This record gives sequence, C-alpha cells and structure tokens, in this order.
Amino acid sequence: MSVAYINARVIDPASGVDHPARTSGGVLTDGTKIIAMGPDIFNGGRPDDAEIVDCDGAVLAPGLVDMRVDFCEPGNEHKEDIQSGSHAAAAGGVTAVVTLPDTMPPIDDASVLEFVARRARDAKLVKVFAYATVTRGGDSDEIVEMGLLKEAGAVAFTDGRRSVANAKTLSRALKYALAFDTLIVQHAEEPSLSAGGVMQSGELSTRLGLPGIPREAETIMLDRDISLVRMTGGRYHAAHVSTAEGVARIRAAKAEGLRVTCDTAPPYFALNELAVGEYRTFAKLSPPLRSEDDRQAVVEGLADGTIDCIASDHFPQDQESKRLPFELAEFGSSGLESLLALTLELVHNGHLSLPDALAKVTSAPSELLKLPTGRLAAGAAADLVIFDPNRPTRIEPDTFISKSKNSPFDGRLVQGRVIRTVVDGRTIHTIDS
Amino acid sequence: MTNAKTGPSVPNLPTEIPFPHRHLLGIQDLSPDEIGYLLDLSNAYAEHNRARGDKLDLMRNKTLINLFFEDSTRTRTSFELAGMRLGADVINIAVANSSIKKGETIIDTAMTLNAMHADALAVRHSNAGAVKLLSEKVNCAVINGGDGSHEHPTQALLDALTIRRRKGHLQGLLVALCGDVAHSRVARSNIYLLQTMGARVRVIAPPTLIPPAMERLGVEVFHDMRAGLEGCDIVMMLRLQRERMEGSFVPSVHEYFKFYGLDYDKLQHAKPDALIMHPGPMNRGVEIDSDVADDIDRSLIREQVEMGVAVRMACLDVLTRERDFDDQEATS
Repeated sequence: MSVAYINARVIDPASGVDHPARTSGGVLTDGTKIIAMGPDIFNGGRPDDAEIVDCDGAVLAPGLVDMRVDFCEPGNEHKEDIQSGSHAAAAGGVTAVVTLPDTMPPIDDASVLEFVARRARDAKLVKVFAYATVTRGGDSDEIVEMGLLKEAGAVAFTDGRRSVANAKTLSRALKYALAFDTLIVQHAEEPSLSAGGVMQSGELSTRLGLPGIPREAETIMLDRDISLVRMTGGRYHAAHVSTAEGVARIRAAKAEGLRVTCDTAPPYFALNELAVGEYRTFAKLSPPLRSEDDRQAVVEGLADGTIDCIASDHFPQDQESKRLPFELAEFGSSGLESLLALTLELVHNGHLSLPDALAKVTSAPSELLKLPTGRLAAGAAADLVIFDPNRPTRIEPDTFISKSKNSPFDGRLVQGRVIRTVVDGRTIHTIDS
Repeated sequence: MTNAKTGPSVPNLPTEIPFPHRHLLGIQDLSPDEIGYLLDLSNAYAEHNRARGDKLDLMRNKTLINLFFEDSTRTRTSFELAGMRLGADVINIAVANSSIKKGETIIDTAMTLNAMHADALAVRHSNAGAVKLLSEKVNCAVINGGDGSHEHPTQALLDALTIRRRKGHLQGLLVALCGDVAHSRVARSNIYLLQTMGARVRVIAPPTLIPPAMERLGVEVFHDMRAGLEGCDIVMMLRLQRERMEGSFVPSVHEYFKFYGLDYDKLQHAKPDALIMHPGPMNRGVEIDSDVADDIDRSLIREQVEMGVAVRMACLDVLTRERDFDDQEATS
C-alpha cells in the first residue's frame, strides 16, 4: 500500500532538504519505507493506487526522536506505562523514544530489555528504544555486561537520573565501552553537593526557605567527566545541561576535539527558576530550573551547536507525588506532548531556523545513538510527522494523553500543532483522533 | 469604650479592618499599614491581658484547631491560650497521635478538617510551603505557626511588639539577628517585618549558617560578632538546632559558643542600652550565656512569651471576623 503526501513543505534536517509546499512533489511511501521524495516526484502524475494525504501546506519532517523519556515500566505503571507513553509520544509527533533504564527492576540485564521490547511491540505505536544502566542495579560500582546488552538492543548506557559518581567506575565504563563503540550518557550532577537540594540555590531558595542545589553541582561533574574522557578517549554525552558554565564546559571540550556531546530539555531553554513561584511542585525538576542567565546561555548553546539535541525529559509523576510540600514532592514533568511546540519557540523567537531546530529532535539524536530513523530518504523508514508550525495553541496538561498531567508549562501559549504522526508508513495519530 | 464581650478598645483604629487577607501565611506579603494594625491590636490585647485578663467571647461558638506536624510546646500553648481567651473551643492535633504518620497526605488532612467546620487553624509543619498548600484546600482561616525554614509570622509580630513597647518605635532601629539564619523561619519573618517597618537588619553567623544570596534580602552580613553588634539597639539570638552543631555546619558547640555565643564581653560592642531577645527554647551555653539570658534589665525573653499570646489573640480575632473577600483576595 503506497501513500503520497502532497502539498507539504518537506524538511529533512540530515540532508538539508527543504522544499516549499506548493510543488508537484512530496513524499511517497510504500509499506514501511519511503520510496521517493522531492519537489517534482509527482510531475508525471501520482501512482494510481496510492492513498493521497493532502498536507495543505503543513510541514512534513522526520518523526521526532526523543532521546530521554521514562515510561516507568516495569515498576511504576501507575505513573506511565509503555502503552500510555507511546500514545503520548504519538500525539506529540514523536515516532521514536529512548527510555531510561532506572525502572524497577532496572534495565541492567537482557531480560528486562527484552521485556520492554516485547511490551513496545504489543503497543504497536512508536519505536521504543532503551538504554541500559552503566552499573549493575544502576547504583553500584560494577559495570554491566555492555557487549551482551548492546547485542540485545541497548542503544547506549546511562544510570538514568543518577550520576555515575565514582570516578573509577565511570573511567572504566568509558574505556570498556570503546570495545563496543557505544556512548555513555551521564546525568551530570555531583550528588554530594546536590544532596537534599530541591531547587536552584539563590535568592529565591533563600526566600522560600528551601534547600538549594548550586550550579557547581553540574560543573564539577562535567569537569571531572571531561577529564575522564580526555584520559580514556571514551564517548560521553551529558544529559539535560542546564547551566551557563555547563554549556561553556561542553563548548570547550568540543573545541579540544574530545568526543563529548550533550542535550538539553525545554524547561532549561524556555523557563527559569521563577517558575517555581510559591512552591509550584510542577516546576520541581532535576536538574533544577536555573537563573535567567543560565537559560539564555542554554539558548545560545543550542544556536551555536554546542548543544546537539533536545529531549523532552518526559518524567511522569502521578498527582500524589506532586500534591505535596515542595521538599517532599517528586522531581519531573510530563514533556512528550509539548516537546515540538516548545522546540518551535526557538524558531519563532529567531534563535534557530526551522530545519536546525528540527535537527535537534530528529537527525542529531538519531545519529548519536545510531538509530534507524530520523531522516527522510528513499529507503528510510517511513517515520513522519506532519505539523503546522504556526498554529496557535495553549498547553493544557489536562488534555495530555500521558498518564502524567503535570507540566511546568501549564497554560502557556505556543505555536505549533501536530497534524499527523506516521510510524513505518502507518498513521498512528491524527489531529482529529 | 471597653467592652469585655467584644474585645478591648483600640484607640485611633479605623473601623474598617485594614487586613484584606484570608490567612496569615507570612510577613513577606504584608504592607506597613497591615503590620501596624496587627501590632496596635496586639498591644490592646496585651494591655487587656495585663489589666483584667478576663475571657472574651469574640470567638464564642468558634473552633480553633492547632495542627502541629512538628513538636512544639511554646507556640502551641500560646495559640491555645489565645483561643481560649477569645472564648473559642480549642482542639490540639499533634502529629504523633494522628493519621499523618500513617501516610495520610496534607491534602487528605485538609479534607478531613473541612468536614469538621473549624473557624481557624494554627498550623506548624517541618516543610516550607506546607502551610500554604494546606491553606489552599481548607475553607477557614489559616495561621502559619512555622513552616520549615520559610516563615513564622506570629513570632516576628510578637518580637516587633516587644521591641516597640520598649523602644517606642521600630523605625530607624538597628537589629542584629545572630545564629542559624540559614535554617531559621524566625530570621526570615523578622527580616521582612523589621525592614518593612523601617528598621535596619544585620545578620551575624558563620558563613555556613548564612543562606545563599542573603544580601539580596537587604541585610548586612557579618561573620565577626563583635563587629556586627557595633551600634545595635536589639540583639536577637536564634536557636541552633542540635543536629547542626556537631561537625556538619559548625565544628563544635565549644567553638560556636566562643565565637558566636552571646556573652557580656561581646554584648559590650552593642549600644549600652541594647536589649536581648531569643525566640526560645534557648540552648544555654550554646548560643547564649545564662547570665545574659536572665539579665532582667536587658533580656526581653519573658516579655516575648507574654506578647506571643496577645499577638495570637489579635491574629485570631482579625481572621475570624465576618469579612467579605472578592475572589482575588481569597486566593492571596
């Protein structure tokens, strides 16, 4: 069964393709693959048997690749599960996700990895890839069976929301991973400095009487880790970089030629610590929301390429985990369904071109993790998103498909709306559904 | 006009209550007029208590619930007495005997309390913001009896009343807050109140007990107690929690007392008529020398306790009167 997508502005960040909508071209898929794309592929007429999808001037791009989500399964299915998380992803225009391994039990051996893969096949929605932990249990000093886990499908290794705090353990992991050319992803926060903290240290935390987390918790860990990368030659990726100094450290490491990359998440380029207001637990995130200077530096890092990717950092929480005094509430927010619109803010605000912004959520994470998705090309998987980049909308967490309705962006006015999400040629979400 | 049934007479007070808040959650949001009004009314209650002390009926048929998630004797007793003196029925719920320890959330607690139709709640909780969270879910007035390291508004009011009665005013005074400022809700509420009323505030503590960006609150920070006390009218000592004494924030009690404990030697550096305060309970020999604490000419510590009852009577009185709120104010 072939499908012809017509009247679309076709953007493929990986190849630099950006065709205007009103041409006689578009994208043609057959089964699970893209078989042709270009501004003139339908010059000679469309295939008779093809289903026609008229995109009406909208953007057609590779489906979003979200490199940091938590689907809470196994272990916390009351917060999210692979089925509900996949639905939320589809609604957000995301066609592939990479889930964190700090589940219960953690993904530290092949059997849990296979369980996640099986549940994702059952859900039959988006492509669910998984990290495995760096250390056994995700909290020890013994490294996991990286080779076997990679063969079983682990796309990279991370202890998720925990830092690999022991320098010797991380240095061994970085070295050992070289044998399998795999990436180590780090939540860069020095736990002995951040312990007990619940928001950014500063005037606001002092006024609210809340224990703070200094920026240095991030920079100390990045400094140490970058030294270890220099020592080992390993491949290292810093997750959700949130501080000006952190961005500067990554920029310097890249300039030095080290194999260091990083991502950030919408809260760190679209919000600052003021979102905490008077104990708004929806704005309790890890790392914490930082100052306005930090936010601007993160935007700058995205614009100049220091920050390679944007991930939603989708970390679902149920109401009971958030309707608590700030110190007791859990960290995290629901991010999948606002990822695209918030990424487009960078475009509307003039910081990034549309193709460059899309690269951060498609080809860049895909190339980093070597995923078989994230680009438009003949022969590539037909993983697509069609969206209107300009349509005004309001972020309304109550309408989220995710089980988790807590978003620090509650009520924010944004532009950009997903119209259709396609995975392996199959439409799994439309704006009307 | 003094009428035992309707409360003490307060000369020169406007008849409309200039206190448009449903709850008393902190000092930070109060204007000078609102603070001044509460202090005037508190002073009238202080005079009433001293003169006759008879029970009033302003809160007759009304219920005050003291909900203490954190242990307290002094503050809870003070609220209890204040409620009783206004004629309220007073119930104490201590966390040790309640279902909160069994996992009931603060929201569930609020729902339970709503069903009991209390008129006022005095709440203490060990987490900053917890009292505000509770206030959003209950249908009666809430007084913050201390929330974590955030605020303790009635303490700041009683401190201010005590100072004002001795010095006649707050404007222009130089007040030193000494000790564990980082973890002190008393310090924060006092800083806001004293500054709002025109006093200058210094904080004196070792750097580990000063919270981040302290100077952004408009105070002067000192680490040398003698230098910090120079020229001060009021020396307000803060309690050092036992768990912070041994090595984590300060190396030892011995060292702390030597450099930050208030004794006559250090007190010499303050003004000759400087007065000493402490919110209690005191650690004698840790933050304050016993002789200084008991100096009847200079220590206001007993008077602070007395003013505490008057301040809490005033707050309960104001917050439980019939008042109309528009929706905006209801949530403030």
